[in-house]
Amino acid sequence: MTWSDSDKSTAVGAYALRLGDDALVLAHRMAEWIASAPELEEDVALANIGLDLLGQARMLLTYAGEVDGTGRSEDDLAYFRDEREFVNCQLVELPNGDFALTMARMLVFAAYQYELYDRLCSSSDETLAAVAAKAVKEVAYHRDHATRWVLRLGDGTAKSQQRMQAGLDTIWPYVAELFEADELVHGLVGGGIAVDPAELRDPTTDYLTTVIEQATLTVPDTSVWHTGGRRGIHTEALGYLLAEMQHLARTHPGAPW
Amino acid sequence: MTQSPGHDLSAEGGHGAVPTTGVPATSGRAVRDWPLWEVFVRARRGLSHGHVGSLHAPDAEMALRNARDVYTRRQEGVSIWVVPAAAISASSPDEKDAFFDPAGDKVYRHPTFYDVPDGVEHL
Repeated sequence: MTWSDSDKSTAVGAYALRLGDDALVLAHRMAEWIASAPELEEDVALANIGLDLLGQARMLLTYAGEVDGTGRSEDDLAYFRDEREFVNCQLVELPNGDFALTMARMLVFAAYQYELYDRLCSSSDETLAAVAAKAVKEVAYHRDHATRWVLRLGDGTAKSQQRMQAGLDTIWPYVAELFEADELVHGLVGGGIAVDPAELRDPTTDYLTTVIEQATLTVPDTSVWHTGGRRGIHTEALGYLLAEMQHLARTHPGAPW
Repeated sequence: MTQSPGHDLSAEGGHGAVPTTGVPATSGRAVRDWPLWEVFVRARRGLSHGHVGSLHAPDAEMALRNARDVYTRRQEGVSIWVVPAAAISASSPDEKDAFFDPAGDKVYRHPTFYDVPDGVEHL
């Protein structure tokens, strides 16, 4: 596909928005754990991870609003878009559930993000490459954190194993969406800007399978796969999340700290 | 920590103002299941590890990671040690007099009785 410069800028902005929305929505889910985690130490760990993701979201949303020529700020994008305009994958918007489900989701998403950012470091788009180079170290830690918990809960007591497996089973139908690509992504892959999600499937799945089996758990067998987030189709959960995240900015527009 | 029969039960959060016998624990769950770890952080190369605090963690690997999250999130260090608090032998406050007072009048142990010659650096 041959794009004009403005088409290309619009596409880069749309791509950055997808990556940014993923990080923003999951950052909010992590923040929901604050003061509710099983231990104080875990509270701090989840908050740190949420702040890493929020940092990624800020860079990506800021860039999205600049490069697409609309001049929207990070706050415009975060607080003044409605549900159907969010293009995050559905996995990140799922409610936290119990700690095991949160760790299952973190394991999957950090494993995916790690492979993604690792490759995006060599994007021909300098900003995306710089964001990825910073973020890949952060998500390596997220992946490590989740891995250690999945191993301990899976290979722990009968109850922890059962809940860890239940967590994996709940999120698994949302995994395939991570590796989908549409015309937009294919066009950017051709230009050396985006990473082909299909390329991430094998290394991510290999990593997950190794951890899950080592944790004496089973890779869920799923026949139904949910999708649509990149087109603004979301689960019921996102609307509630946005209501909480956006209400302050919408009630008091322009309010600074 | 499991409550064994005959073990004195104490009310959660009691500070001595509540009876410690005959009071049922407020829940069946132990207040703390995880052991305590002492955390030592090296601020930069060339310095020794200094004690910065303590935390709870289920095992040594998780203790290191919790320490990273709790004590080095503002770039406080380049290396972390965690030590099970139970493995530390500490001097007792009761022994304070015998341990430390005898050093109090031995001023000659301080290297303050020398005239430092001019031109000696790094003293």
